[in-house]
Amino acid sequence: MNMIFEYLIAGFLIMSGVFGFVGSFGLLKLNDPMSRLHAPTKATTLGVGGVLLASMVHGLTVEGSVSLHELMITLFLFLTAPVTALFIAKVHLHRHETKDSLPTPADDSSWATHTVIEPQPQQD
Amino acid sequence: MKLLRRLVPHPILTLLLTIAWVLLTSTWTLNSLVFGFLLGIGIPFLTQPYWPNQMRMKKPLKIAAYILLVLYDIIVANVVVARIVVFKPNSKRSPAWVAVPLDLRTPEAITVLAGTITMTPGTVSADVSAEGHALLVHCLDASDPDAVRDSIKQRYERRLMEIFE
Repeated sequence: MNMIFEYLIAGFLIMSGVFGFVGSFGLLKLNDPMSRLHAPTKATTLGVGGVLLASMVHGLTVEGSVSLHELMITLFLFLTAPVTALFIAKVHLHRHETKDSLPTPADDSSWATHTVIEPQPQQD
Repeated sequence: MKLLRRLVPHPILTLLLTIAWVLLTSTWTLNSLVFGFLLGIGIPFLTQPYWPNQMRMKKPLKIAAYILLVLYDIIVANVVVARIVVFKPNSKRSPAWVAVPLDLRTPEAITVLAGTITMTPGTVSADVSAEGHALLVHCLDASDPDAVRDSIKQRYERRLMEIFE
């Protein structure tokens, strides 16, 4: 019975290793900055997810205790990863894109990064 | 009642912070529960000026179904993106910007949608439009950008509409 769980843990670890490797490989192989941004989002989802699943199964079967820290790590990753990705994307928009190189938003005049807000004149 | 609203501006956040603290300390004692509750009162009170409107949810139970759907999509999309990264030459890959018009108006719902788009591999949300009526999404490989836009609207936005609005 213990053997099955060990294979399961090993399987999760190998899966996370493979996806982590593919993520880093993509960082080297992809040829434009925005595409490179896609690689780290993959490493954090299934790459880290696999390690956390393996850790949870290990805690449940081998150590016999329920550990909920893995759930918290997943939660914090899912909260923070989109924010960092958004910051990097914003820098790219500032430095390498113009209003004309992007598709126009449906109703609005422009994207937030390229919108210049005129300073309001001071009312006396 | 008004005083209670000022002291506890976000009851859901208070509850979530308490649960998060108890899970972080991993000790099921009254001590950690009380300290977690103090944090749950203090943090929303201090950050009140940055989050003035109270969040409202119509159908909070549908969140569970939404999380399961997103987890399933993450697994499927990971495999798809891994194949693109490893096997598809850069010259044959067609990265594209896609503008997704939004029907959602709640700021919290738009944040969840943008986060979902980033976490599902193959798409990254890069910007929101000036008045908040559209999202700018970058696709790793989209031969048909319109299909990506429609799938985001159909799959995620429609469900978030049910939950939040």
